[in-house]
Order: sequence, then structure tokens, then C-alpha cells
Amino acid sequence: MGNMLSAILSQPEDGSAPPLLSRIVAFTTVLLLISVLFWFAFNQLQYGWNWGAVWQYRQKFLQGWLTTLLISAAALCLSLLISVFFALARRSRLLPLRYLSLLYIEVVRGTPLLVQILVFFYVVADAVGVSNRYAVGILTLALFAGAYLSEIIRAGIESIGESQLESAAAIGLTRLQTYRFVIFPQVVRRILPPLTGQFASLIKDSSLLSIIAVSEFTLNAQEVNAFTFSTLESYLPLAVGYLLLTLPISLFSRYLEQKYRYAT
Amino acid sequence: MSIANQPLLKLENITKRFKELTAVNGVNLEVSPGEKLVIIGPSGSGKSTLLRAINLLEEIEEGTICFEGREVGYVMRSGKRHPDRPQAISALRAEIGMVFQHFHLFPHMTVLGNVMEGPLTVQRKSAEEARSIAVDILEKVGLADKRDVFPATLSGGQKQRVAIARALAMRPKLMLFDEPTSALDPELVGEVFDTIHTLADEGMTMIIVTHHMGFARELADRVIFMESGNFLAQGTPDELFSIAQDNERIRGFLNRLL
Repeated sequence: MGNMLSAILSQPEDGSAPPLLSRIVAFTTVLLLISVLFWFAFNQLQYGWNWGAVWQYRQKFLQGWLTTLLISAAALCLSLLISVFFALARRSRLLPLRYLSLLYIEVVRGTPLLVQILVFFYVVADAVGVSNRYAVGILTLALFAGAYLSEIIRAGIESIGESQLESAAAIGLTRLQTYRFVIFPQVVRRILPPLTGQFASLIKDSSLLSIIAVSEFTLNAQEVNAFTFSTLESYLPLAVGYLLLTLPISLFSRYLEQKYRYAT
Repeated sequence: MSIANQPLLKLENITKRFKELTAVNGVNLEVSPGEKLVIIGPSGSGKSTLLRAINLLEEIEEGTICFEGREVGYVMRSGKRHPDRPQAISALRAEIGMVFQHFHLFPHMTVLGNVMEGPLTVQRKSAEEARSIAVDILEKVGLADKRDVFPATLSGGQKQRVAIARALAMRPKLMLFDEPTSALDPELVGEVFDTIHTLADEGMTMIIVTHHMGFARELADRVIFMESGNFLAQGTPDELFSIAQDNERIRGFLNRLL
């Protein structure tokens, strides 16, 4: 047991990658083991598969998937802007800004997204006369993700340390230039892994927009299920579809991590 | 007063308090162009705070700072002092180089990137121009071959020389060194000392806060002994050593260093 623990905790000191062949073998073995497990589980199932019924609705899946893609992409960009603003506001010298940020983060992180979507669409949007459910959905999603992102960004900024601010100031950089050229590049490198996780969450959370009848991926799968009564056949494509959205983000983040790698 | 004998830097009644503690207590100082001033004194005597007050990294409660004959850093508004506009403060810092004890290089930039950053961003020079300035200065501090590596791969002495190069790239009129060799292994002190020595020989005006008595003896025009926020004694290195004979506090301090 102790040996296993120390095997898990031991990491190559220089952070170098193992040989390609060992990586391929190890990866295939793990993938194979997990596949066998699922194959076994599905084989036990007494279930009459009916993929034909679901196949008829492939257009619906595609349309839902594309909607989710667009909604997520828009919300993702918007949430980045929102979170940078609130992360900086949280550290601002202006107290009202700081409390606004604090309140926003606590309320948004502490309440269910489901309720936020309902309140935003049926109360707030209604009050200001906005009826486009897609716009409201994107904004709500961005505000929701923004709260988590802004805390990740704030932690990243605070991990950089006062000395970098000082040495940047000492050569005459203004605050804005310091953030742009000295702080943010270092922050981005450090927060890429949690950022990626948060983006994946955002994409999956977009499924909750189905409750205000945004015709996204999950809603469409639910409808196909209602038409065909083929539950697993309706929802399994959903899993694959979301994975197709989140995997590229993970891979891109991995690529950026490599690109902006510098010894520390 | 003619430009020639006008002090480059003139401090009057500089006072800095941290809550109850008075770190710098009404200090006056004039530094002439080309002068090499070394400030020594025990830890917590206010040397570093004074140095940081000069390029406005510390906000002072009282006193005035004149750089090249003009008052800098603070403005009076309805009888109260306020820090000057951020742009004005940045502009002043661009003319005063500062080297820190722990180097504080930018870890995400190469050595060349570190040295280019000031000319490029603050002085808005073209990339080629900033690059050629940086290459020249790295040559001067003996690190031309290290320009494409990241700071983490350098020794402490090399890091500090990059930090000096980064400050020099701005063509400062005054260099402030805050214990530049205190964080170094003893065998690495020499290379940084030599770099500063070369700079001194070229006529750079500098104020060095240090525990390294080599600085005081070999390159100081004037040495100041500071304690509890005050200047206790000052003079040429020889004068200070002779004052030390009669002053137990200074003698005790110097004995512990030597």
C-alpha cells in the first residue's frame, strides 16, 4: 500500500515526457480496460436497442448541437470579459466596486443556475422588455460562469506577488502596462488548467437553458426521447456530442500550456 | 544656481512612518551628478525605505524630493499632499533605475525580453531599436550569450546582472541599488560588484544600500551611516572609518561586518 502511494506521488523531476512508445502502450491499455468494463456492463443489459428510430431525428441532434456550440462560444467570450472586470474590481481601491464584486460572486456561486435562469428570463428580462430567450440565456450563462472565472483569475493575480508589480513600476511601466505585459501573461499560464475545467462546465451547464425553451442540444435530445421512447439511444449521442465540444478545448489548453511554458 | 553645480537629487526632511514606527526621520540629502553614495547601517535602520521613497515605491508623509531641480512625486491640493498623477510618477521612475535584493526579473520573458521591456513599452522605441539597446547592454554586463534563455536557468549573480541591465536599458540618470549582493552566494558577489564598479567608473550617479563594505571602501565618494531613521554620520570612506574609532555604535556595526 505504501509502495503504491509513493509510486503515485513520484513524478519525473525534470518534467520530461516519457518515450512515445511507452505513452502509446500505456494509453491504449487504460482505454482498453475501461472499454471492456463498459462493454461488460452494457452486455448485461436486457434492452432492445432501436437506433433506427433515433437516426430519423439526426437533423434535430445536429441543430441542437450547433445551437449549444454557438451559445457556449458566445457565453464563453462574454464570461471572460465579465470575469476579468470583476476580478480587478475585487481588488480595486474603490470600495463600492469591491463590494459589488464580492456580492456578485457570492450570490451567483451560492444559488442554483436553474433559479438564476428563471429569474433572469421571467423577471429581469421581462421588466426591461427583452424577450429574446437566446440573448438572455447567453447573458445568464456568462454571468454564472463569470463568477467562478473571476475567482480563478483573482487567485492567479494574487499568486504573482507584489515584487513583480514593484519591479515593473521601477522601470516606469504604468499600472495598465504592468497588468498587460507582466501580470496577465504569468496569470494566464498559471490558471489555464482550472480555466479549461470551468469552460467545460459552462458548455454542459448550457443544457439548463432548456427550461426557458432554448432549443439547444439537451432539449432536442429530450424531445427525441419523448417521440421515440428510446431513452439510451437519445441520450448517448448527447454524451458524445458534449465530449466533442469539451475535448477540443482541453487539447487547445494543453497546447497553450506547452507554448507558454517557461521554467520557474 | 547653474546647472553644473545643481544637485541631481535633493531630499528635504523626508519622513516615512509605518503606523507607530518612524522608519525615516526627517532626512536631508543632496546627491551631485556623478556621485557614488553608499548607505550602510543595521537592519531596520530605514536605508531601504529611504531608497524606495526616492523612486516613490514608498509614499512619504513629509518632506520634498527634488530631481534635477524640480519637485517630484507629490502635489498639494487644498493644503494636503497627494501622490502625483500616475503618469508623472511613471515618468520619474523611468529616469531612475532600481535594482532589488531579490532581482525580481520577469520569469515569463527571456533575458533579452526583460531588458527590452522598458525601452519598448515605456519609451515606445521600435522593436529593432529596443533590441539593439538590450543587446549592447547585455554585452556590457557580460551576458550576451544568455539573451535567449529564461531567468530561471541563471545563477543568482547572472540574474542580478540582468536586473542591472534591465534598469540600464532605460538610460537612467540615477541608479538605486537596494542590497544588490545580499541574496547572493559569496562566490557570486564578485561578478555583480564588478558590474557595478564598471558602471561607477563610467560616471553613473548611484546610491547603494549595502552590507558589503567593499562598495563603501572601493567606490564610494561618500558613506552615510544610518540608524533608526537618522543619518548618524557621513563622510568619505576614510572619514567614516575614523569617526568609527570614536563612535561605539558605528564601530560595533563595522566590526560585525568585517
